[in-house]
Amino acid sequence: MTSNSRKRLLGFYERMLLVRECELKLSALFSDGEVPGFIHLSVGQEAVAIGVMDALNDADTIASNHRGHGHAIAKGVDLDGFFLEIMGKQEGICGGRGGSMHVADMSVGMLGANGIVGAGIPLAVGSALAHQVQQNNNIAVAFFGDGALAEGVLHESFNLASLWKLPILFLCENNGWSEFSPASLQFVAEVRDLASAFKIPSRQVDGNDVASVADAADEIVADMRKNGGPRVLECMTKRVHGHFEGDPQKYRDPDDLASVGDIDPIARCEAELKKLKTTAKDIDAIRGRVADRISAAADAGRAGTLPSFDHLLSDVYTPVQGV
Amino acid sequence: MGEVRFGQAINKALDESLANDPSVVVFGEDIARPGGPFGVTRGLQDKHGELRVRDTPISEATIVSAAVGAAMSGLKPVVEIMFMDFMTIAMDGLVNQAAKARFMFGGQCSVPMVLRTPHGGGVNAGPQHSQCLEAWCAHIPGLKVVIPSNPGDAYGLLKAAIADPDPVIFVENKALYAAKGQMDDDAPALEIGKAHIARPGADVTVVTYGAAVNTALRAADTLAESGTQLEVIDLRSIQPWDEATVLASLSRTHRLVVLHEAVTAFGVGAEIAARMADVGFDELDAPIVRVGAPFMPVPFAASLETQYMPDTDDLIAAVHKVLA
Repeated sequence: MTSNSRKRLLGFYERMLLVRECELKLSALFSDGEVPGFIHLSVGQEAVAIGVMDALNDADTIASNHRGHGHAIAKGVDLDGFFLEIMGKQEGICGGRGGSMHVADMSVGMLGANGIVGAGIPLAVGSALAHQVQQNNNIAVAFFGDGALAEGVLHESFNLASLWKLPILFLCENNGWSEFSPASLQFVAEVRDLASAFKIPSRQVDGNDVASVADAADEIVADMRKNGGPRVLECMTKRVHGHFEGDPQKYRDPDDLASVGDIDPIARCEAELKKLKTTAKDIDAIRGRVADRISAAADAGRAGTLPSFDHLLSDVYTPVQGV
Repeated sequence: MGEVRFGQAINKALDESLANDPSVVVFGEDIARPGGPFGVTRGLQDKHGELRVRDTPISEATIVSAAVGAAMSGLKPVVEIMFMDFMTIAMDGLVNQAAKARFMFGGQCSVPMVLRTPHGGGVNAGPQHSQCLEAWCAHIPGLKVVIPSNPGDAYGLLKAAIADPDPVIFVENKALYAAKGQMDDDAPALEIGKAHIARPGADVTVVTYGAAVNTALRAADTLAESGTQLEVIDLRSIQPWDEATVLASLSRTHRLVVLHEAVTAFGVGAEIAARMADVGFDELDAPIVRVGAPFMPVPFAASLETQYMPDTDDLIAAVHKVLA
């Protein structure tokens, strides 16, 4: 291992920790009644968002899903605006109109989380079409879970992307659970079989090993920029929290839940870093920075103002002057 | 340009938009090489290339959602759904994505896309190829719905729809494709949301849109022979719709009939009647009457469909009712 790989891993560690601690903070805020509605956490899946986004530029676009906090943070959404949004404040990145399931930041190519399973996939196809027509060498990434494999638009999207050789990475975050049901009871095929049927090159990686995800994403994205066309990357991971926060997960085998700690991507990364002579002091420094950043964002969230109803009608349509 | 057919006017608007704006792309089922099921998009791919004018597979949901994603990424897609009935498969893209993106993302983006689709019966196409579902779209905050009644308007409204920053459903009545009308070479884009008084008249206001405008004009001719003057308002756009023009007309005639080909119940006419009963109550000398299709699927057999479609006789009966 070179010092470069240690540095890279330190960066992944800090970014994964940021996602993890943000979500744990949101969970606490949710329990305290400071986050309205309901939220879906990606605890345990952070390596996917961080590893994939390592390969992307700001001008690349992503479409996310309901479990999209990690994608948004990894793509570079402003953290204060993110907390403000999820806490339903005027200064939130979407003015408090969207909340957790609709966080978007067009300035960093984050086309939105989505409340409809699978709906982000054809949006990303359209974004990839825009990249292709504009010949800008950017790519689009569609993040979806294994639960979206049964949605019709996924099959349509695989076909259209392959037919038109669109620069889209279909990123399946396979956490084994479709809401409250195990993948085994939901879908008879594997995403690689679908990819093969639609003539899209695919790979599967350990989605809880951030370096593996990043290596795969870097190679795939470089190949896409050079040669065009769609790709499929399946990241095998595990959902730790419930489908939504507050879901007691009574449908899950206690052994399955107990074992998720063994493969935790952040603990694994930390163990790897220790092998590379990273000291406890280094780790503590990172933990301190992350905690400070999140504390500031949560404070910003609390300090935000409640959105005014008066301006709502002005954003249903775009104001137009003449024709 | 003189006299053109409805389909040619749409083709001209698409052709000019493709030529003038590199961000405009056109895609849909069989629209490129075959030129569209009604020939409306003929020649566009040859002229503007395979990158920007494309045939899609039969995947309505993805056609529409891809248009949304493309519109959020810098393009102005004009997509075609071959029959309005097929729009039902694409409602997530329209309703949950296109209509809401601007609002739910706090005004960060607009979704400048146009969905062209034919509605309407009269060609014995049966229950799944004849529906008028425009009221569904008009009910969704964030969508605009435009329905031209003649070639010149089709050109002007489509130019406006493509230039519009928000998602516009552009509805073409199948019965109009072969219709001819006058269109100037330098015809302007029309303003979405402005109605047109297709025929002025003092006795009864008939508010309508699309192909039903012609039904109303025929009824007006007939009624004029017996001395009753209809004022026919062509809405051109049902979302937004021109409440001011309708109210002004009602204030002159004091009698209102709303006509459309779609089923009467819960339709566009219900909204117009309700609004006029509210803001125009003092102007009304008679109850507002709606004329539309009965509450049933569109039947196939020509003999049945003829009875199903609202026609001049139905409108004339309604006019007599409000004058009684």
